[in-house]
Amino acid sequence: MSGIAVNAPQTIQLLMGNEAIARGALEAGVGVAAAYPGTPSTDIIDSLADVAKDLNLYVEWSVNEKVALEVAAGASLGGVRALTAMKQLGLNVALDFLANVSLTGIKSGLVLVVCDDPGALSSTNEQDSRNIAKMFDLPLLEPATAQEAKDMTKWAFELSEQISNVCLVRSVTRISHARGNVVLGELREVSARASFDTTQKPYTTIMGGAPQYHRVLHENLTKIAQIFESSPFNGYAGPERPELLIITCGTGWLYSWEAIKMLSLQDSVGILKLGTTWPLPGELVKRHMMKAEKILVVEEVDAFLENNLKVLAVDSLPGRDRIFYGKHSGHINPFGEINTDIVIRALTNILNTKYIIRDEAYRQKATEILNRYVVFRETQFCPGCPHRGLFWALKDSLRLDGQEGVLTGDIGCYGSGVGSTGFKQLKTMHSMGSGIGVANGLGKLEQFGFKQPVLATCGDSTFFHAAIPALINGIHSKANFILLLLDNSGTAMTGFQPHPGIPMNAVGDPAPAVDIGDLCRGLGVPVEIVDPYDIEDTTQKLLNVLRHSGRPRVIISQRECSLMRARSEKPLYQMDVVAHQCQGETCGCNRFCTRVFRCPGLMWNTNTKKVEIDQAICVGCGVCVDICPQSAITRKEIR
Amino acid sequence: MPPVCDYEEGDSMSLPQKEPLNLIIAGVGGQGNVLISRLIGQAMVDDGYKVTIGETYGASQRGGSVTSHVRISKDHQYGALIPEGQADIILGLEPMETLRHLALRGSPSTYVITNTRPIYPMCVATGEAEYPTLDHIQQNIDELSRKAWYVDASEIALNLGVVLLTNIVMVGALAGLKIMALKPDRFEHQLKAIFQKGKLDLNLRAFKMGLGHDFGQ
Repeated sequence: MSGIAVNAPQTIQLLMGNEAIARGALEAGVGVAAAYPGTPSTDIIDSLADVAKDLNLYVEWSVNEKVALEVAAGASLGGVRALTAMKQLGLNVALDFLANVSLTGIKSGLVLVVCDDPGALSSTNEQDSRNIAKMFDLPLLEPATAQEAKDMTKWAFELSEQISNVCLVRSVTRISHARGNVVLGELREVSARASFDTTQKPYTTIMGGAPQYHRVLHENLTKIAQIFESSPFNGYAGPERPELLIITCGTGWLYSWEAIKMLSLQDSVGILKLGTTWPLPGELVKRHMMKAEKILVVEEVDAFLENNLKVLAVDSLPGRDRIFYGKHSGHINPFGEINTDIVIRALTNILNTKYIIRDEAYRQKATEILNRYVVFRETQFCPGCPHRGLFWALKDSLRLDGQEGVLTGDIGCYGSGVGSTGFKQLKTMHSMGSGIGVANGLGKLEQFGFKQPVLATCGDSTFFHAAIPALINGIHSKANFILLLLDNSGTAMTGFQPHPGIPMNAVGDPAPAVDIGDLCRGLGVPVEIVDPYDIEDTTQKLLNVLRHSGRPRVIISQRECSLMRARSEKPLYQMDVVAHQCQGETCGCNRFCTRVFRCPGLMWNTNTKKVEIDQAICVGCGVCVDICPQSAITRKEIR
Repeated sequence: MPPVCDYEEGDSMSLPQKEPLNLIIAGVGGQGNVLISRLIGQAMVDDGYKVTIGETYGASQRGGSVTSHVRISKDHQYGALIPEGQADIILGLEPMETLRHLALRGSPSTYVITNTRPIYPMCVATGEAEYPTLDHIQQNIDELSRKAWYVDASEIALNLGVVLLTNIVMVGALAGLKIMALKPDRFEHQLKAIFQKGKLDLNLRAFKMGLGHDFGQ
């Protein structure tokens, strides 16, 4: 039912925003798509990979976002329309190349989709990537519905070719991960005549003239603003002379529209909805700003639109008092998500009206019930997750070692190691590959009296993405740290996408795999392999490594992600609890197996006051056998 | 109890009176929440509606709560989040999640239909917190809703041999209540579009079991 490759124009599909973006690219005749996975952007390339063979596309999971953008740019320079998609933090990785390619320009349409995550629902920050469009003078489109996500992506390829430069499309989680009606258009065939024109002047600013290239960017913006003036993605709805004008974009549009409807303010409040937010279509915006003295700007995260509108008003609408409401006035929050309720509150405050969202007595009752009966569901490692065994062995070895070892980390499922599921072992966690970089710094503090061992965790996909330069740095600087490579055979957090260490590519074909161990050994680092399902052995090997210091050492913890494994293989063990051996509350272990080990497959029965295996959840990894001081948990090999 | 909509099977003119109809599907990662929101949504789209679905599933594979906001309208596309107090129906796959979302988004006019089998959060499995008794959950759901129906959907699914069918049983039960204009044949058509023969039969049976569920009233 994934309708993204259906050649049935005018039919209506309920597409996810990300699928709609992929469909838009197909309708534009995209030939190459490359990305590194990152929520909420991953499904764009996932869904293009699904149809790549049928439609003769080249789709890859690149090693990181910078390479993905470079791959897309290479395709564009070779005459093939290309798309790259990334989450907001991934865009930061790609910025160095973007800063340059935006100056030199490209050939065939090149669209960069960035999926921001207001509210940081699945990210470590909620940066507003629209600022990047302004920083590098690139056109920016902001879809407000799934339909627009498709249509704007398609249009972005044309815009890109009109100015021979990258066009940005900014989505957010509530667009990318939402579904909506999408009327399909025609699929377009990929041009099969790719070539690079070697007679053209080189694509670079290195021979001088960067300011000249920069000037061209500004001319392009003027040209694009002119095109934006008549874009169907911009429009006004409301009274001729509204008491209040809302100017909005992206998710803010439908939130504003619904708020006006719920408050029955259709006769006094109008909405100017913008789909093209950089450069602004100045004439259109001015025309509408002249209609009202009060303007409320509704947008997600930064006051991007608001600030640009204010500049426009100061520059070209002098002599009139105009009051702006929005982020700066405190009516719309400049952090976290926005929603209809927030717009309702802003409108009632500005217009001094009343609206009761929920009856106060009901709301109080509901809050009481929430507090009294509803329990929080914490994020945890899955049943059978190899990270649980590894973090347990880490906890034990650091305690036995007794030197207050410090564990730094980075982005991946194992980032949850900061919480109780990882026994709170992880002490720093920032960006892709940052654990080993930070360990480089901590590992050079000996001359200042630093005596603690330093360990860094890093996943297999993350290792390829960002950790290799930091490892090489540490080898050269003789930094004192241990790199723990948690190799679970895939990019687990985003849905098991392959990476260069996996013998398969994005479309499922065999591909040469780079062996992580060989790579490290080739750099001259001592490498030890452990099995995180064998806690005793892993703890012992960790202890040994902790006792040797002076230069980087690598431990590779090897076990496939249990979710991935469950797709193709039977459980390893049948797990059981010998009831008479479990001493329950009288044991003195204080529910060690459930309270501390915290595997979802282990269940404390409050009636019998003993532990049980939840057979519906347990995946039979067998690790908890080593946890029980009474050996009450047993495992039987499944053949 | 006046129904939200009133249609006869096969009557293509039937529409929900509520505009838009706001349906929340509440559950836990792994229960197939996102799948049924998509299938219900596409069934309504095929019937001529405009549907928006907002899904929150950040850490769903890791035991988190998963919620879908399904918004169904005759003529408008709505935003992906249902405003506070505006949920018309809560379809719950797990009783405590049902209560959570009723308390967060419900009002005295919200209908509730929920599965009764708990999935314990980590802190309950570890003995650090208590899961409320089903009686307490029911009492609170009854108090906060206009009317609530309880289905032992997991038991029904287990009797069919696959607990994963719980979500499909629940959609059947929802369609059987006729509190929204979800036409059984439209939904069955969606099942036929995504499942192969063996799995399809099981899913159709699960849907029919839900559809014919006797609420004892």
